[in-house]
Amino acid sequence: MTWAAVVALAAGTYLLRLAGIVLRGRMTVPAHVERLLDLGATALLVALAATAALSADGGFAGWARPAGVAVGLVAAWWRVPFVLVVVLAAATTAGLRLLGVP
Amino acid sequence: MRPIQRTLLGPDLRDALALAAAIGLVGVSFGALAAAAGVPPVLTVALSVLVFAGGSQFLLVAVLSAGGGVVPAVLGGLLLNARHLPFGLAMAPVIADRWPARLIGAHFMIDESVAFAKARGTGPRARRAFWLSGLLAFVVWNVCAIGGMLIGAAVPDPEVLGVDAAFPAALGALLLGQLRHPETQRVALVAVTAALAATPFLPAGVPVLLGLAGLLVAGRAAPEEAR
Repeated sequence: MTWAAVVALAAGTYLLRLAGIVLRGRMTVPAHVERLLDLGATALLVALAATAALSADGGFAGWARPAGVAVGLVAAWWRVPFVLVVVLAAATTAGLRLLGVP
Repeated sequence: MRPIQRTLLGPDLRDALALAAAIGLVGVSFGALAAAAGVPPVLTVALSVLVFAGGSQFLLVAVLSAGGGVVPAVLGGLLLNARHLPFGLAMAPVIADRWPARLIGAHFMIDESVAFAKARGTGPRARRAFWLSGLLAFVVWNVCAIGGMLIGAAVPDPEVLGVDAAFPAALGALLLGQLRHPETQRVALVAVTAALAATPFLPAGVPVLLGLAGLLVAGRAAPEEAR
């Protein structure tokens, strides 16, 4: 690990974050485009959640993780407080792994 | 307005703390991993504070400690973080109206703060939620990374604790409200399908970007123009 790597990743990441904000500040966005930008962020987050739930290193993550995520989502659907959703998901996955589920 | 604000900040603060706690557990494991990989403490802290994007931090440490080059390691991290550009396009009006605040807010724009704010619409409550979750996550992430670095090998394996299930579950829970709209459901279905189909074949970060394919099935006219 070198300072060059840290600074390059930090600067690049900040510029990526800033670029979208600057672009948006310079545009007058019609309502339907605004809606698409908003839906785009949702689409990215949903895709992120799905890949984080199911995949590890380009392959299947094993059953324990998606099972925990599923339990968390069912809990959220039943309007269980957010804190418990997170704890239930982690606890389910941890419990399954304790039982030997990958 | 004041009593309403007070009643809303209560649950929002509680939820932001829960989110930050989950982020903290990942931060601890990042600190421990960096220490185990022999990253100098000052660089681990700099990485955590200046990059503040977990996935790319793990990737950088993993690639470099496996003997990979700086350029591919950094490019891989930036590819993973490319989604922040479309996040910025969507979130700019929520983050702040004026420039100095937008420059600062940009650094606190992470998956969690975007999802946390979006779950609260686009008004003043969403803005408070963005800053609350972003700043809390920043403090907790860095304190926990330092903690993990100091505890090192004594940190339990995050997989044993099921921490890896907490992030997608939290993200999913925050998105559920938006998924009540049929159009968002369509977009999400295509986004998930595209990202998952691409995951085995494309480098990390790209499959998530392909989630934008979901926009292809978005209607042109807003169902609720007033939104």
